Amino acid sequence: MNYRYKVGCSIENLKGVRDFIRNTLKTHGVQDLQISEMVLALDEMCSNLMIHSHQCNPDELFELHISVQEGKPVIFEIIDDGTVFDINKFSEPDLGNLVHDKRKGGLGIRLVKTIMDKVEYQTASGKNVCRLIKQVRFN
Amino acid sequence: MIHIKRLQEDSADILALIGEIDASSSIELDLAIAKSVGEGATKILIDCSSLEYISSAGLGVFMSYIEEFKDKNIKMVLYGMNDKVANTFEILGLNELLDITKDKAQAKRMIQ
Repeated sequence: MNYRYKVGCSIENLKGVRDFIRNTLKTHGVQDLQISEMVLALDEMCSNLMIHSHQCNPDELFELHISVQEGKPVIFEIIDDGTVFDINKFSEPDLGNLVHDKRKGGLGIRLVKTIMDKVEYQTASGKNVCRLIKQVRFN
Repeated sequence: MIHIKRLQEDSADILALIGEIDASSSIELDLAIAKSVGEGATKILIDCSSLEYISSAGLGVFMSYIEEFKDKNIKMVLYGMNDKVANTFEILGLNELLDITKDKAQAKRMIQ
């Protein structure tokens, strides 16, 4: 099954994004703790996109697609036309350094890479597709 | 949306987090902690029993105070997390860097 959600780049909309992911995965009986982890990773990716690629402009939209099928990995696609921020090109900062520098950011990339199995990027005809893949257990 | 209730018990500031902390609301957590510190609190308890969700933005706020609290000898203990919220702290190993415990009674013992 494929699901689509289209939303403006206001960080106030993150709750709606999370609810969409939760409800979709719940319908398919994905395990609760895995749902909450994927919600966390996607929240991070979407908030990064809203803030860094679209400067929180509510008139700029992006799409989130979820493809879920029993026995297969869940595939999320974030589709937009902003500047690509490829998390694979950034190394995760050391936790100790983050504490020392009193930085509030920097945890997110580590979180996404820990939770998801794979993060891939693709650009075609002006659209960026960020694909996040995770093997899950179904109840 | 997060609502933060502040109260004082014995000599500790208790900040009760009610709702969800994400990129749009983490600033409120930051302001609440800064306010307690600004008013001289040296023992801060964070009641997470009504915290339904925390994103990396919220985790980052807690992280950012670790060093300052060590320097100023301020003790902070988080307690009462549900399983999903606790798991969020564990994914990144923040449970090793922050003081997290089960309930208020234990949290109080830890700041004595």
